[in-house]
Amino acid sequence: MNRRDSLKSLFVGGLGSSLLLSCKLDEASEVAELTEIREKEFDYGRTPEEKEHDEELMSKDFYTEEEMAAILVLSDIIIPGEGDYPPVSKTEGYPEFIEFITKDIPSHKIPMRGGLRWLENESYKRNDKKFVDLSDEQRLAIIEDIAYPEEVKPEFSQGAVFFSRMRNLAATGYFTSKQGIDYLGYMGNRPNAWDGVPQDVLKKHGLEYDEKILTQSLKPEERNDIQDWSNYVL
Amino acid sequence: MSFQIIEQATKYDVCIVGSGAGGGMAAKILSEKGFKIALVEAGPDFDPANPEQRTQLRWPYESPRRGAGTQRPFGDFDMAYGGWNIDGEPYTRESGTNFDWFRSRMVGGRTNHWGRISLRFGPLDFKRKDYDGKGDNWPIGYEDVRPYYDKVDKLIGVFGTKENIPNEPDGYFLPPPKPRLHEMYFKKGAEKAGIPMIPSRLSILTKRVNKKRQACFYCNQCARSCTVYGDFSSSSVLVKPAKDSGNVDLFVNAMVREVTTDKNGNATGVHYIDKTNLKDYKIKARVVILAASACSSARILLNSKSSVHPNGLANSSDVVGRYLHDSTGSSRMAFLPSLMDRKRYNEDGVGGMHLYTPWWLNDQKNLGFTRGYHIEYWGGMGMPSYGFGFNMEALNGSVPGRNREKKKAGGYGLSFMDDVKRFYGSTLGMSGRGESIPRRDNRCSIDDNTLDKYGIPVLKFNYEWSDEEVKQAAHMQDTFEEIIDSMGGVALGEKPGKDSNYGLENPGRIIHEVGTTRMGNDAKSSVLNKYNQAHDVPNLFVMDGGAFVSQADKNPTWTILALAWRASDYLADELKKGRI
Repeated sequence: MNRRDSLKSLFVGGLGSSLLLSCKLDEASEVAELTEIREKEFDYGRTPEEKEHDEELMSKDFYTEEEMAAILVLSDIIIPGEGDYPPVSKTEGYPEFIEFITKDIPSHKIPMRGGLRWLENESYKRNDKKFVDLSDEQRLAIIEDIAYPEEVKPEFSQGAVFFSRMRNLAATGYFTSKQGIDYLGYMGNRPNAWDGVPQDVLKKHGLEYDEKILTQSLKPEERNDIQDWSNYVL
Repeated sequence: MSFQIIEQATKYDVCIVGSGAGGGMAAKILSEKGFKIALVEAGPDFDPANPEQRTQLRWPYESPRRGAGTQRPFGDFDMAYGGWNIDGEPYTRESGTNFDWFRSRMVGGRTNHWGRISLRFGPLDFKRKDYDGKGDNWPIGYEDVRPYYDKVDKLIGVFGTKENIPNEPDGYFLPPPKPRLHEMYFKKGAEKAGIPMIPSRLSILTKRVNKKRQACFYCNQCARSCTVYGDFSSSSVLVKPAKDSGNVDLFVNAMVREVTTDKNGNATGVHYIDKTNLKDYKIKARVVILAASACSSARILLNSKSSVHPNGLANSSDVVGRYLHDSTGSSRMAFLPSLMDRKRYNEDGVGGMHLYTPWWLNDQKNLGFTRGYHIEYWGGMGMPSYGFGFNMEALNGSVPGRNREKKKAGGYGLSFMDDVKRFYGSTLGMSGRGESIPRRDNRCSIDDNTLDKYGIPVLKFNYEWSDEEVKQAAHMQDTFEEIIDSMGGVALGEKPGKDSNYGLENPGRIIHEVGTTRMGNDAKSSVLNKYNQAHDVPNLFVMDGGAFVSQADKNPTWTILALAWRASDYLADELKKGRI
């Protein structure tokens, strides 16, 4: 794909109506030359220093295999997926994200490691087994005791604090993944022409754009015009 | 080691230090008038259209930290190379005081990521002392700057609406985008509480202003700098055309140590250190313009000592570095139950709010503080990033579940996943941004005991808020609750009280710091004359926020641009007449 084609696909790809952008991209070829879209893994506009920092973090391991296995089981209890949506551990890049973010935000390190130890300790106390080797029922018995921070029993307070952190990381890992964003229903991050809240939504909320807003606001069909100031009175 | 300063061969008409709003504007205006310019930038080259540097339209999963703010303070995709702390370039603080300093090291500087809020100062804003007896008046008034605001509007593009509000002058506005859903709720609530909301004024192209820049395509990511130049960044809108004129040599990764002077004390150019090889260089020029940001320009002046200027260049008044002031800021978050279970659609919109509240109480005399603030709003179904889905336990126990029964806060599994979906787009917030009163003792000065990695003494800050700013923040918090209540929302968290100065942010945090080389008619109490020219050194100008006498509650960029254009016209005229 040459530069101009790739820019075009960037625009046209996300648009409901070709009218809105018309064919100005062709006429303004100097603008069409401005950018091209390239996707490489973690090629996301880093400075050399940032790239070096990322690579250094990636070159080290924090979690043991055993710890990561427990994290993934816990994560899937929190985000089990639904229908065609996979559990969080199966979303692209999730284990790598957990590993990376723990090193990137070092304040996760001790609470995560300590929390996992609490979890193993609790598993042994109750069932004399590692957490990953418990039955679903045995796992959930522990989780039920730590998943509701407002009514947790004093003896489970450390576990509850850990679980809240784990829930945060699992949720954020899921809803920032390709599948999680789709599940959530976020529809942006693509070129489009904003023309206000859909009428049915406004109506449902008992709101409407008044005459002033409608008169003042941009008419999307005029968005590619070059502003003419000759009749503008200030 | 052997020490050598390498002299660049070309002698320039003008050497400009800094490529942000002020430096970019000076470079554009002066290069188009035919002057030979050296534009010196402490960071690397940057063009948002460069695919190697682009972050626009990236997804959170393209970042290994999912967009977290550990490397770039406003998130991994934010377009600011730098931040509150830069490796090897420290700053210090007088003990017991706070000031946080945000620096962007790149062509275009902080204009690559700023909020694009482009407000003109009003007549009152230039003459506040006449009204409340505090601070100082500017040596110029709105009518002096107005023609340049007009020109900036037309050159760069800003959307908004003509409202005829006395101290919020209208401009040449492109049409604004329609409000988002949460903004309609805000508007209804605010107006019920007697607080106005009008279309915001942002330098984003809802229509085109020339053939070189595309119109906005509504991705909400102005903070990532726009690959089609649909918003204002100095890099794409000013520096690029300036370079295209053929009259500008751009020096990047060039850390200016001092302005060089001759035996009469006039500026002869700058001395910089090339960050890539740590060698020293000199650029010669007839005129030097500092536009390195208010504090960086003050630092360069204070470090430019000579027997003629023992106290630093252009500092016979001892005012350089003083009267440093930033906007006040305080915020509150809320949850709006009516926005649960929303229908999905793309509501990214422009990069910023579509509506805002200008200061509405200029007539009130009994507030306990004398300067105003505006309110910025946020909310909506935005793109998730690191932190999304955190702390659901603070929300999901507060409302009934789908079966109308109260849920336990926290949880896991399908019902937790469903909660994240249900609450998506129902939290929102507002921030006050207010005017502080400049004070002589709030300042930055040179800390000779601390050097950066280039061997240059760094800045030491001494800044304290006064009762005026604290009371203003208290008023903001009361206003926020009023708005939240009248829109049927639930304020989140504890209301910030006296112990936290009502949520008043540390000075520096709003990144509107100005005032360090202020203009005035009296050379004893100001650094610059009313054309941004140093009283002490006629061939030295400062064209960044340092020139501000006071900053209004308006974001400073539009005024920096207008003043830099005005000062560049004056400078060109003086050069042509042989007076410099």
